[in-house]
Amino acid sequence: MIGTKILGIGGYQPDRVVTNDDLSKIVDTNDEWIRARVGIQSRRFARDDETVADMAEAAGAKALAASGLEPSEVDLVIVATCSTESPMPNVAATVASRLGIPAPGAYDLNAACAGFCYGIGAASDSVRAGSARNVLVIGSEKMTSWVDQTDRSTCIIFADGAGAAVVGPTGPDEPTGIGPVVWGSAGDQAQKIIIDGRDGKLWQDGQAVFRWATTAIAPVALEACRRAGVTPSDITAFVPHQANLRIIEAIARKLGIPRDRVADDIIHAGNTSSASIPLALSRMAEQGRLQPGTPALLVAFGAGLSYASQVITVP
Amino acid sequence: MTDQEILSGLAEIIEEIAGTPADEVTPAANFVDDLDIDSLSMVEIAVAAQDKFGVEIPDEQLKDLKTVQDVVNFVSKNS
Repeated sequence: MIGTKILGIGGYQPDRVVTNDDLSKIVDTNDEWIRARVGIQSRRFARDDETVADMAEAAGAKALAASGLEPSEVDLVIVATCSTESPMPNVAATVASRLGIPAPGAYDLNAACAGFCYGIGAASDSVRAGSARNVLVIGSEKMTSWVDQTDRSTCIIFADGAGAAVVGPTGPDEPTGIGPVVWGSAGDQAQKIIIDGRDGKLWQDGQAVFRWATTAIAPVALEACRRAGVTPSDITAFVPHQANLRIIEAIARKLGIPRDRVADDIIHAGNTSSASIPLALSRMAEQGRLQPGTPALLVAFGAGLSYASQVITVP
Repeated sequence: MTDQEILSGLAEIIEEIAGTPADEVTPAANFVDDLDIDSLSMVEIAVAAQDKFGVEIPDEQLKDLKTVQDVVNFVSKNS
């Protein structure tokens, strides 16, 4: 069976920067408290008229350009999102059309914050199985449209953005660049992160989610390393879902991965759900923190509860 | 496990997670007021304590454990 790899990545953040001081004018909070609890200094909010599809298109275009592929070489578009304005039409077909990708398979995937790693797993399997030559995977979220901006427990955390990657086949004799996905769910804890109905807003049991994330996720990431035939000490970039800097640091500590190899994009991006991993990867690439050809570890987790992890080779 | 063993184990955990020097972790120390440990760190400490002592400290119990001695007593009673 052929191998697969990431051919290119791209990220997009809306223009509007929202600082902790900005939020402290709306709700009873302050910069010091937010930095200490979640590690965020600023985040981006989309314009009112800016949609999940708009952001997905921007990130997808960058990833496509970075891959060096023509749009016609993409056979499948997957958009991971849990924050669309409406359930129909899906985002993926619209975005594919806007990017000039002719009539690909196109579907949205909802595994909440775990969506991007689910998407990479599904994309890699599609290429290996021969269902698609190349796949564009996008995580795009407008979380602010589902967050109560007067709820200080959530409005400080969630933000908007998009990130994308193109998955394609490896060349002959080239080792695979996407390890087996290790994924799963804990539906018995579904009520811990919810949007309650059409007019509901995002609510989470923060302490319970923190406990779950700092307990259950490191073993998933370790298993992804084992399945890929690497150890945490081989990992040159650890890119966990940017949920909360405290969670990120706790997982990294359990895996024994040094802090300078750990993505901390949340500081200036907030929690952008399924967009956070590709956004963080893009930022690390821009900062020269990624070493092409070396293994990076992705792990995502969130509502469902759901989680997924894989090792990729940095493009 | 003696109370002293639990105390020294707990001090190691707190030093690792919160960076508090182990010798400051005295029985009477209050987590919030004396050790500057917040609720999220308490969750991490509870998880680490479970690994170390085999005693689960649920979230509902956690808010009632105000001092180091409270945790030592809880672990001692439930181990």
